[in-house]
Amino acid sequence: MKKFAVTVAVAMGLTCGTAAAQETAKLAYIDPLSGGGASIGEVGLKHYQWLADQINAQGGLLGKKLEILPLDNKTNPQEAVVQAQKAIDAGARYITQGNGSSVASALSDFVTKYNERNPGKEVLYFNYAAVDDALTNEKCSFWHFRWDASSSIKMAAMTNYLKGQPSVKKVYLINQDYSFGQGVRKLAVEMLKAKRPDIEIVGDELHPLLKITDFSPYVAKIKASGADSVITGNWGQDMALLLKAAADAGLQANWYTYYAGGAGGPTAIKQTGLADKVHDIVEGDPNTAIEAAQAKEAEFRKKYNIGIWYPRAVNEIRMFAQAVKEANSLDPKAVALKLEGMTADVFDGGKGTMRKDDHQFFQDMYLRSFGPLKAGQTFDEEGTGWGWTVKGKIASADTTVPTTCKMDRP
Amino acid sequence: MLELITFSTLNGVLYGMLLFMMASGLTLIFSMMGVLNFAHASFYMIGAYFGFEISRRIGFWPGFLVAPVLVGVIGGLIERYGLRRVHRFGHVAELLFTFGLAFVIEELVNMIWGKLPVDYRVPPSLDFVAFRLFDTTYPAYRIFMLATAVAMFVFLLVILKRTRVGLIIQAALTHPNMVAMLGHNVPQVFMMVFGVGAGLAGLAGVIAGPALVTQPSMAALLGPILFVVIVVGGLGSLGGAFVASLLIGLVQTFAVAINVSLADAIGSSAASLFGELGRTPLAQIAPVLPYLLLVLVLIFRPRGLFGTRET
Repeated sequence: MKKFAVTVAVAMGLTCGTAAAQETAKLAYIDPLSGGGASIGEVGLKHYQWLADQINAQGGLLGKKLEILPLDNKTNPQEAVVQAQKAIDAGARYITQGNGSSVASALSDFVTKYNERNPGKEVLYFNYAAVDDALTNEKCSFWHFRWDASSSIKMAAMTNYLKGQPSVKKVYLINQDYSFGQGVRKLAVEMLKAKRPDIEIVGDELHPLLKITDFSPYVAKIKASGADSVITGNWGQDMALLLKAAADAGLQANWYTYYAGGAGGPTAIKQTGLADKVHDIVEGDPNTAIEAAQAKEAEFRKKYNIGIWYPRAVNEIRMFAQAVKEANSLDPKAVALKLEGMTADVFDGGKGTMRKDDHQFFQDMYLRSFGPLKAGQTFDEEGTGWGWTVKGKIASADTTVPTTCKMDRP
Repeated sequence: MLELITFSTLNGVLYGMLLFMMASGLTLIFSMMGVLNFAHASFYMIGAYFGFEISRRIGFWPGFLVAPVLVGVIGGLIERYGLRRVHRFGHVAELLFTFGLAFVIEELVNMIWGKLPVDYRVPPSLDFVAFRLFDTTYPAYRIFMLATAVAMFVFLLVILKRTRVGLIIQAALTHPNMVAMLGHNVPQVFMMVFGVGAGLAGLAGVIAGPALVTQPSMAALLGPILFVVIVVGGLGSLGGAFVASLLIGLVQTFAVAINVSLADAIGSSAASLFGELGRTPLAQIAPVLPYLLLVLVLIFRPRGLFGTRET
């Protein structure tokens, strides 16, 4: 029965693919749509469907409709590669994915090899959220483009902000014990040493990934260390529970995080009452964005009842459309050649550039804090009545990090 | 240092008491019915969600009273109409039944309340600082959790040791057939014990929900450690579960606070024999320690600290 269903599904996919391939340009969205990552993956999908609607309302790509092809990779690298093959079979020449650097790495590898074997039928991969530095350094590929700031860009922006904060004297690092968390810890130590040698790192903690129910023991340790600031790359429940434990113990430190704004994060911060003490680092903020972006933000919130989590996805699709227009072709290779080095208007205002050397996008970054809405602010998060306030804007030039990428160009 | 020790002790005792609230029901159910209930932590999760749902409609206190009862009733019904039917096919079937049940409950919670954490708050009446020691605050809500757990322990102890019902339960633990011969309705006793066990887990959920995060993965996070508690404490022993809960709570909390690695203890040259493990600080391996304890207890003292029969 199962086999039959699979056969039917594949057959239907194939027939639909060939029948529709003439009229639409397909962008395969390969992210978790079931399992633990689904809550995030669903939101991402809404972004892309909404963006495709906008492109199509303006006449599509060279007269063809942009169609989003949602495929579930269950946050699993093998599954993602299977789905990518399926997408290609269905006629997609463009792939986008974001959740999980291990998945991104597998996809980049797959796309690169596929293109080697199938000249003339190349596939492009747009990465909107996987931040592992390797993807634009030792593992870089001509066929991979990243719109999210890499882990080292985020840390560079954060430490550049800290450079102007003399009150920060003792920093505690706490991170998840796996490749990403270890990377954040290493970057923090290196960059703080270079930019603020006077800062003392009073603690450097790694804890198991997504296994801790009560962070009180860790917070007691942070407290005992006398730290005035905490830097963490934690995400998901590891972020929420950590903040909760900190609020319970009355820890009055400032938090500098990558992902406090993630799903459930704002709710947790509001609960803890840590007003304007929790910071994150992002590429766009609704309350300070230019008017056009705020109008779009309001439209998106009205339609889906969530904020725009991924301003970078907007940049991605807009630049994609522009590259198609400039190349006057939907051929991925021609589009890729137009994309690299492209400078474009960024969704939240300002300009951004897709660096040719490693296909990493650079733009202004914002360091924000979360607290009760200030006068003139309109957007709160997760219905808490609290919103983000931009504390510092880090110019694109101050986030530029070197790359070791030696790209094989076709 | 004194500050760290004081708060680590408080946190460890609190975590231990939370474990005990769940382990007490689990150990009673196991020793009486021979069922290792994999869904026990799911009752804890249901309790938290019921507590959340009631607290946002009526208030925290009605939820505190009603939610555990509801969870207990659900537990009783599951025993009566699910587990009892499966019982005749043996222990493996029962085990698989509870195993499946845990997944079903998690998926149901996913469907009803979504995958994101829900906004379950500490009630305003308990949302203040209980005391301040060495500049660190201790929230009143945590004291309340501690008090609830202690009250529950006393309540259980009195019921088991001082009442007629407790007498029958204790007898049914070791000689169920004899108790049935004497005219007691043993299946009903089983159902009651299962219901009360589930209700206690539910109570733990109601009070832990606001302090930790109420989300669908909360059951899976706490489930495995419960088995450690009941094995270390000794099956069927309430006192054993109590001591083991506190022991594990304290071991985990203190291990986190200690930054000593093997290299510091025996010298780096000797520790290098162990490779990476020699340099890993104790804090980093803290979450594994309870399971290490489980393995050691099973090898050296299979009946646990206070158990009366072999595991």
